Amino acid sequence: MIIPGIIASRFTPQGDFESIATVSVGAGGSSSISFNSIPSTYQHLQLRWIGRTNRAGNASDTVTIALNSDSGANYSYHNLYGDGSAAGAGAGANTTIMYVGWVAGATALSNTFGVGVLDILDYANTNKYKTVRSLTGRENNGSGIVSIESNSWRSTSAVTSLTITSQFGGTYQQHSQFALYGIRG
Amino acid sequence: MPATYENIATTTLTSNTTNVEFLNISQAFTDLVLVVSAKDSGTGTVNTNIRVGNGSFDTGSNYSYTFLGGSGSAASSGRSSNITSTLWGAIGTTNNTVAMLHFMNYSNTTTNKTILSRNSLPDQSSGQSVSAWALLWRSTSAINRIQLYPGGQQFASGSTFTLYGIKAA
Repeated sequence: MIIPGIIASRFTPQGDFESIATVSVGAGGSSSISFNSIPSTYQHLQLRWIGRTNRAGNASDTVTIALNSDSGANYSYHNLYGDGSAAGAGAGANTTIMYVGWVAGATALSNTFGVGVLDILDYANTNKYKTVRSLTGRENNGSGIVSIESNSWRSTSAVTSLTITSQFGGTYQQHSQFALYGIRG
Repeated sequence: MPATYENIATTTLTSNTTNVEFLNISQAFTDLVLVVSAKDSGTGTVNTNIRVGNGSFDTGSNYSYTFLGGSGSAASSGRSSNITSTLWGAIGTTNNTVAMLHFMNYSNTTTNKTILSRNSLPDQSSGQSVSAWALLWRSTSAINRIQLYPGGQQFASGSTFTLYGIKAA
């Protein structure tokens, strides 16, 4: 099925670091990006993104991810961030989604996107809760933020899907791209 | 068709060197990852600079950064904007600094280029021993060259720089 505004592709696997799928947001924008039916044949997953939403009146938006469509209070997070003025830290327990990183919002510099690299280690292991870590940031020539994030999903289920949304209900804009990779152990 | 994660080039210095450059970078990938293991040949910790470009290195005031750092006694953050090169971390003289720089969507011609860096400087006497950086090159040009240089010093002989390309489906 072709989803308007979304261009997705799959690649023939090769090697220990393989591209699973890539979603590039088209001209119509997208409120969510999904990776479904993730094979359990890798050891780890890596998600790499550039993104921008239409969050009004703000240069930032936050990338949120649900695993396996779980919307229960089964997540938690910690982060360490620098906003150019001060370092800070945050945390949340029993959250209903993961807060994993940054993208640009509507008032960011034109053509400027937030970016991130996220790892889900041992994603297919059914004996462990899942820990997700990311390095992420956006830079706006006079404002910006960089952070390292850690999220936990309290489930021993193998991760089979990622659903990516915006914390503030923004629509991902054209040229945003999310690329999912599998790493063999 | 390139492999998904491919070694583009490796530079191992055989003498103290001011500039390390990667030129004519293939545009066949989605992201670049630069892995650095380097020391300063001088007498103290020094911040390290980066310039990028397409055809030539951009020396205009088109760079900026925001960083997060930990010195062992305090966490801090800072930024600089409209600068002619951007910092990506620091290197010391005793132990090798290790860093990974991610050049996200470096070959596209629609977005300004954002680079993420994580830097670990194990010299016990220096500040900013662990740091993360978000860098911006305000240009929609594709990056086909990268230049690294320590401010006022040289990379020490034996320092290594490995450039990888990551190809998305």
